[in-house]
Amino acid sequence: MALVLLASFIGSFGAVFLKAGAGRLHRNPMTLLLNWRLACGVGFFLVSSFFFVLGVRRGELSVLYPMVALGYVWTMFWSRLFFGEPFTRHKFIGIGLILLGIVILNLGNR
Amino acid sequence: MSTATPPTLVRKSFRFSRRQSIALVFFCTVFGAVAQVLIKSGANVLASASPLAMLTNPPLVTGYGLYGISTVLLVLALRDGELSILYPVISLTYVWVTFLSVVFFKDSVNLYKIAGVSIIVTGVAVLGKDKSR
Repeated sequence: MALVLLASFIGSFGAVFLKAGAGRLHRNPMTLLLNWRLACGVGFFLVSSFFFVLGVRRGELSVLYPMVALGYVWTMFWSRLFFGEPFTRHKFIGIGLILLGIVILNLGNR
Repeated sequence: MSTATPPTLVRKSFRFSRRQSIALVFFCTVFGAVAQVLIKSGANVLASASPLAMLTNPPLVTGYGLYGISTVLLVLALRDGELSILYPVISLTYVWVTFLSVVFFKDSVNLYKIAGVSIIVTGVAVLGKDKSR
């Protein structure tokens, strides 16, 4: 389970780099290929999937897969930190429900 | 020549209607869930914890390929659709994965799991409703 949570943490950095890189795209396709931020984003996703695979080797998928939703929580913090996106009531309620859901789901773990 | 499409229509890039976007996202969730099942079956028979073992594992590679296709379709759907409508649909993936885990891996079903997944799905739906976007 710790590995899946680690994967969701690393994957959330992937999203940050994709967002940072996407803002610098222009019509020229070379801007897509020579964009180090996008490359970093893809790199983080690859590392994240490596840990995810190790994480789901043991245990029930029905418990482990929904843990990926924790990535939404990390992403909200990075969006605030790096892109200045505000916390809103909807975000707090949404994140709270996701965390509560993850905790309850774990109670159902064999 | 009279049936040829006017040049203005040819140049216009393709757009999905709201209904098409929702249908597309729905297929993405099914694809994504099947991909997870393949990834799990691959992980179950993984020879060693190395990147090479992962790249030479057919169910894993197929699963990630499917996952890639599903992501590209999702990006297309998100381009044209409203996030507040599409987010709740996206979170259906959790429901399919739970269902398929019971069918294929004989995972247990209990009240905690059903409640947990339902609450997570609601949470993702509420995130999509955020008005600051």
